[in-house]
Amino acid sequence: MTVDTLINWFATMGDFPILAFILAVVISGIPLFLVMALNAMIAVYVERKVSAFMMDRVGPMGQGPGLHAGKWGLLQTAADAIKLLVKEDTVPESSDKFLFKMAPYIIFIGAFLGLAAVPFSSSLQVADFNVGVFYIIAVGSIGIIGIVMAGWASNNKWSLYGAMRSAAQIISYEIPAGLSIIVPIMMAGTLNLQELIIFQSGTIWGILPNWIIFNNPFSFIAFFTFFISAVAETNRTPFDIPEAESELVAGWMTEYSGFRWAVFFLSEYANMLVVSGLAVAGFLGGWQSPIPGLFNTGLWGLFWFMGKLGFLIFVMMWFRWTFPRLRVDQLMHVCWKVLIPITMFNIFGVGIWKLIFG
Amino acid sequence: MNTAEIKAAIMDQFPGSVLESEDLGESQVELKADQWFEIATFIKENPNLSFDQLECITGIDLGEEASLQTRYNFHSMEHRHKIEILISHDRKEPKVASIEKIWRIGDWFERETYDMFGIVYEGHSDLRRILCPDDWEGWPLRKDYEGQELYHGIVIPKMKEEDGWE
Amino acid sequence: MGVVKGDQMILNIGPQHPSTHGVLRLEVMTDGEIVSQIRPHLGYLHRCFEKHSENVTYEQVIPFTDRCDYLASMNSNFGYVVAMEELMEIKIPERVEYIRVIMGELNRIASHLLALGVYGLDIGAFTPFLYMLRDRERILDMFEYTCGARLLYNYMWVGGVSHDLPKDFETICTDFLDYFEPQIKEYNNLLSFNKIFVERTADVGVIPADVAVSYGVSGPNLRASGVKWDVRKDEPYSIYEKFDFDVPTGTGEFGTLGDCYDRYWVRMLEIEESVKILRQALKEVPSGDVHQALPKKIRPPKGSVYRRTESPRGDLGYYIISDGTPVPSRVKMRSPAFTALSCLDEVSRGWMISDVIAILGSLDIVLGEIDR
Repeated sequence: MTVDTLINWFATMGDFPILAFILAVVISGIPLFLVMALNAMIAVYVERKVSAFMMDRVGPMGQGPGLHAGKWGLLQTAADAIKLLVKEDTVPESSDKFLFKMAPYIIFIGAFLGLAAVPFSSSLQVADFNVGVFYIIAVGSIGIIGIVMAGWASNNKWSLYGAMRSAAQIISYEIPAGLSIIVPIMMAGTLNLQELIIFQSGTIWGILPNWIIFNNPFSFIAFFTFFISAVAETNRTPFDIPEAESELVAGWMTEYSGFRWAVFFLSEYANMLVVSGLAVAGFLGGWQSPIPGLFNTGLWGLFWFMGKLGFLIFVMMWFRWTFPRLRVDQLMHVCWKVLIPITMFNIFGVGIWKLIFG
Repeated sequence: MNTAEIKAAIMDQFPGSVLESEDLGESQVELKADQWFEIATFIKENPNLSFDQLECITGIDLGEEASLQTRYNFHSMEHRHKIEILISHDRKEPKVASIEKIWRIGDWFERETYDMFGIVYEGHSDLRRILCPDDWEGWPLRKDYEGQELYHGIVIPKMKEEDGWE
Repeated sequence: MGVVKGDQMILNIGPQHPSTHGVLRLEVMTDGEIVSQIRPHLGYLHRCFEKHSENVTYEQVIPFTDRCDYLASMNSNFGYVVAMEELMEIKIPERVEYIRVIMGELNRIASHLLALGVYGLDIGAFTPFLYMLRDRERILDMFEYTCGARLLYNYMWVGGVSHDLPKDFETICTDFLDYFEPQIKEYNNLLSFNKIFVERTADVGVIPADVAVSYGVSGPNLRASGVKWDVRKDEPYSIYEKFDFDVPTGTGEFGTLGDCYDRYWVRMLEIEESVKILRQALKEVPSGDVHQALPKKIRPPKGSVYRRTESPRGDLGYYIISDGTPVPSRVKMRSPAFTALSCLDEVSRGWMISDVIAILGSLDIVLGEIDR
């Protein structure tokens, strides 16, 4: 929406279509970048506090006079960001320097492009594609190129191991993710994200909101398979074998320090946001309010969307600090022998349901 | 079975291999080094003895003029009896048969005794130092050990009698 | 899983690595992810304990033994003083025996908590580690209250102990045990029966019983393979015969007998057994003077002794040779972690690198003891 509105506005001022397009894209990219940075800052702080409270400790706290991390450690992320920016920029001597420097940016691009299509509210969306869902799934695969580049260019056996595992994992889990997201598409009959959300307005039996997750048992299962595949896509525990701290030091990120590492981290949290956003839009009603009819206008949409998104991201963090991690072959087993049959069965089931119940 | 019976069983099978001595402890038996591998196989496989656990191999330097010794402590899980076997070595060329094929822990225990004392265990598949670096010189736990001065350019401190460390 | 020979790659795990439990270098020959051979390189923490002990007196050896197995210092001391008291034939007062058992069992619980927590960390579960360390802190606080040190105590002396128990120690310890027993259920809920954890550890790294005995594996590792051997019951020392406790062995309920899960589970059960012993001991501590039997000068008769005791890692043995002077002629420490590490090569052939980490964690090694 935002890019469209900007182009229309420029069109009223004169006839320079190419320049208008470029200007519109650049201008709408700036709030997107701000969203990404803000998301990383908040998510990192929340993760540290949530993990601390789950582990019976307090996390970053600011106490005492002088330079410290603010009340309740709120300034901690800012301090971390400054530290990462002023760190020495090391590039290993025997690495492939060009690929080494390019890799973080490719991963960043993948996450950034995905953010463009996330519907934050009925009017806050950078680009309302007709093929929104398809676009997000497609663009999410760009990240894997960056990961393999990073692992290879580091000239380090550990990084190579991590990158190979990550490549296998992400490519495999895209299949159940894609197959699960077909379920809302089948039910709503459209790939457009806003129309998908509008399809979910109204109620079931007068009380439950008409979200796709509550619609029929197959879509209920589809939500969980999508969420599990999404957690695997973003390399979070229990699927964090590529960055398994206790085995591979830091996996494919081992040789990166300072700002390049910060870009990786930014992209990981942006990725979490994108897949959670897709889950919310596809299954949980997007920016619709859970209480049908009430609080459904204007900025309330943004509030509900951020609430549901926040909840899903919290669940992802909860998983990380509770479960141990799966081994590589067990990971592949779960994907190919468990999730894919279930998702295929789901599609079949939803098709039959729609045929019978309309 | 107690020590006397075990000693009798060994002497029965391998006459002339047991050496008598005054200052042996209660459960100690001293053997000659030549038939050690066969005796070791015997004490493991004989059903009355069945020493299936090699507890410890200790290398000893009995003094600057005396000999080196290897002491093996054995235990049987089945009969719950123990024995300690002593084998002396000549100081100039200490060697004895290796028993790593019989008790798998002999592998690392013998490497450690080799590392510290220089006793060569013949038949060992991979006899190299285990605790000291591979290119260390000398046998540290011998009583007449003089440490090397430099190791790859690092000065090794020596302990002086009165002043303590250098 | 079979052994595959393709193009082999040599991978170095350590010496600086988050999960080698110390400075250990493992040279792993792999084909892709499958391991075909492991060569451990030791000696990074070699501090010449045995050479030092030939230059200091018998009492001065005790702090050295602390530093060998630094996670279970009380038990390292215990082994040494039991061997020395057998050599010198000293009779020690009842109170000292009870105090030694209490301290040894508390340290056993602390060491097992650390071993299990770190094992969870190796497998990827971050939270149980912190819960177990939080409870271990309370044990270390009790040690600090008694003798002033948290980790390296120099507490057990030949003929006695260094400090008597403080007045309200029994209350504090009983309160701790009452708090701690329900915590064990919480650990089980969080980690022990978690499906992912079971999948990672069951059937992995099986050590058959005869291989274990041949490799000299002892303690919880041996008991997990089904062999019921505990030095406290089978070659009893101190007053362990007075206490009523079980010796848990592995049962292979989730996988094969002797796999990593069994080794984990046996340690968990042993914590409960130690709590039992502690409760019995705390009720019956007699009064007395702990410094009564300390010899003025330790000058053991000529001779040698080999005595083993049960440390949290297995059979800890001390071979001490004395030549009648106050300075030992030879002190050799037979460390259980040394023998446990020696079987790593054979046990992990054909498994993947993640499994090597799991097997290494389940053996519970401490490099200070291996390298001395």
